[in-house]
Amino acid sequence: MAQRKAFRWHIAVFLAPAVLVYTAIMIVPLFGTLNLSLFNTGEGGRVFVGLRNFATLFGDPRWSASFWNALGNNAWFFLVHMLVQNPVGVALAALLSSPRLRGAAFYRTAIFIPTILSFVIVGFVWKLILSPIWGIAPGMLDAVGLKSLFAPWLGREGTALTTLALISVWQFVGIPMMLIYAALLSIPDEVIEAAEMDGVTGWSQFWKIKLPLILPSIGIISILTFVGNFNAFDLIYVTQGALAGPNFSTDILGTFLYRTFFGFQLQIGDPHMGATIATAMFGIILLGVSFYLFAIQRRLRRYQF
Amino acid sequence: MTKTIRLALLASTLLGSAAWAQDVTLTIESWRNDDLAIWQEKIIPAFEAANPGIKINFAPSAPPEYNAVLNSKLDAGSAGDLITCRPFDASLELFKKGKLADLSDLAAMANFSDVAKSAWQTDDGTQTFCVPMASVIHGFIYNKTAFEELGLTPPKTEAEFFALLDKIKEDGTYIPMAMGTADQWEAATMGYQNIGPTYWKGEEGRKALIEGTQKLTDEPWVAPFRQLAKWKDYLGDGFEAQTYPDSQNLFTLGRAAIYPAGSWEIGVFGPQIGGAFEMGAFPPPVPAEGDTCYISDHTDIALGMNAATKHPEEARKFLEWVGSSEFASLYANALPGFFSLNSAPVEMEDPLAKEFVGWRETCEPTIRSTYQILSRGTPNLENETWTASANVITGAETPEAAAERLQQGLASWYAPQQQ
Repeated sequence: MAQRKAFRWHIAVFLAPAVLVYTAIMIVPLFGTLNLSLFNTGEGGRVFVGLRNFATLFGDPRWSASFWNALGNNAWFFLVHMLVQNPVGVALAALLSSPRLRGAAFYRTAIFIPTILSFVIVGFVWKLILSPIWGIAPGMLDAVGLKSLFAPWLGREGTALTTLALISVWQFVGIPMMLIYAALLSIPDEVIEAAEMDGVTGWSQFWKIKLPLILPSIGIISILTFVGNFNAFDLIYVTQGALAGPNFSTDILGTFLYRTFFGFQLQIGDPHMGATIATAMFGIILLGVSFYLFAIQRRLRRYQF
Repeated sequence: MTKTIRLALLASTLLGSAAWAQDVTLTIESWRNDDLAIWQEKIIPAFEAANPGIKINFAPSAPPEYNAVLNSKLDAGSAGDLITCRPFDASLELFKKGKLADLSDLAAMANFSDVAKSAWQTDDGTQTFCVPMASVIHGFIYNKTAFEELGLTPPKTEAEFFALLDKIKEDGTYIPMAMGTADQWEAATMGYQNIGPTYWKGEEGRKALIEGTQKLTDEPWVAPFRQLAKWKDYLGDGFEAQTYPDSQNLFTLGRAAIYPAGSWEIGVFGPQIGGAFEMGAFPPPVPAEGDTCYISDHTDIALGMNAATKHPEEARKFLEWVGSSEFASLYANALPGFFSLNSAPVEMEDPLAKEFVGWRETCEPTIRSTYQILSRGTPNLENETWTASANVITGAETPEAAAERLQQGLASWYAPQQQ
């Protein structure tokens, strides 16, 4: 008989702090929210209603219109980030890693600084810059003779959301830039030298050698952007308020959740419907992340040097 | 801040339980942090001088957070003795939950009219739970100096109003009207609720809407939207992105001629303008010469008592004083633009405030149409009105479509509107 292995206590002990803290501040509230969405206030306090809150959210024409509007806006918000923030981030990183660039450290810092600013500052600064009354944007456009291009972008239904998405891109472009920059720096010189020996230089070197090597980083950035965008709230709240005007054109899931959960002005908060929306958001993010993990992450080729 | 208050409270309770007589400190919860200085320098000393043994501590929080902060403090049992009451449902909810004490038997209640008390009563009007403090009146503030310069006089009728706006626009020196749609509530509160009562005949229309005999798609309720739709041409460039503070600044800097206002601006505008130009005011214009004018004289602020207070006697004493004419004149003069609801007439010193309050004599007063009962459900009529008013001004929705949408939203949960 083989002797039973002694229970390895040290594993449990070392895991305990992280597990306990994570459970207390993440897992428990998460299940609390999921639980809350199955109840509603009825006669005599809280009653269990099963999935009826979800039926209201998706079945009631008003609730579902608000929800799909928020989801659609959120999708557009994400798309703008994917199409602008990440390619620009990659491009900046490629430029920064070029050995011929002077003052790379300065540019790196300057581009990264907005990321560490508070949403409140970014929101107010851009609101002021773009203000048709006091802003410097109309004046600057006027100076180059393009005043006619200026419009109160944040106030128009057609442009407000895209403008906000671009502001957010401006703020966060530093993150993909840094991650890609690090990935580019970690490409060994031998690989690049070998490519040069084979006559692969310039653009084709970027597309054929460097890009495949940084694809895993781009994947991580995409998933961070996805989670960040679908949890976004602050910037919209600061610049447009909880009603996400004009005419709900900038309403994303975060602001929709906030208005429902905490109430707004004369609207009294509804924690149960709020939790229902939060659960729906959780589901959407879970689906997105799972899709990435199972459909994309596994097919990414990784290269060992 | 709160920590020191809590410590002070703790200390006062501890000392209070000791054998010797000790001052009682009453804490007031409020959202009026702008008024802190006025309470500390004028109102509280006046009360404390007359009532030795009672100390008052005014502890305001930020307006947008007030409701949430107050609710959690009340639930946790850490709220102050006296609670500043929001009008209608927010306070009614607190009373129903037993957080606010019933004050119907307070002697000072006799000093207030039924309309004044209506915002802090149960639906049947039998119980009153806050002492009314002040109301705000809507109207238009104008730049008197600019009007004189252009040779203009304040308008009485709708036709005169738009003729006036046309003239200011033609001249081009001033933006005719300072208002934006970015914050949405400006359009609803200073726009729709400002000019609306004239069309729905004040209380008559407001009550008919609550009873379900009128609908939001009826002419009296669509007409104000039609007026608002015409305002678009007279607002400044880029008004779609203009916020409330932008509008205030445009007016106080003398760049705009007319400001659709609430009277609470009087106290703010005076010092900001600093005598650079003179201000005047006119009530919302009537459709035709000789029509009765209606104004929104909205009951806005009151004071109630925390049901769980440890010092109910002293708190009631203070509330009796708040209901007195002494407090009324003190408060109304310290805060021009917040008009006393006390039946006793108050002599006002600020000329602009006097002008506003003078309309009470010539026009029929009402309160904002969406505040009583109609904003109890989801979708909330008040919040929907914000979006609708802003949409009508920007042209995103026609007046008829906006009214139709509001009616559908209201009818979706409000039984009297479902027949």
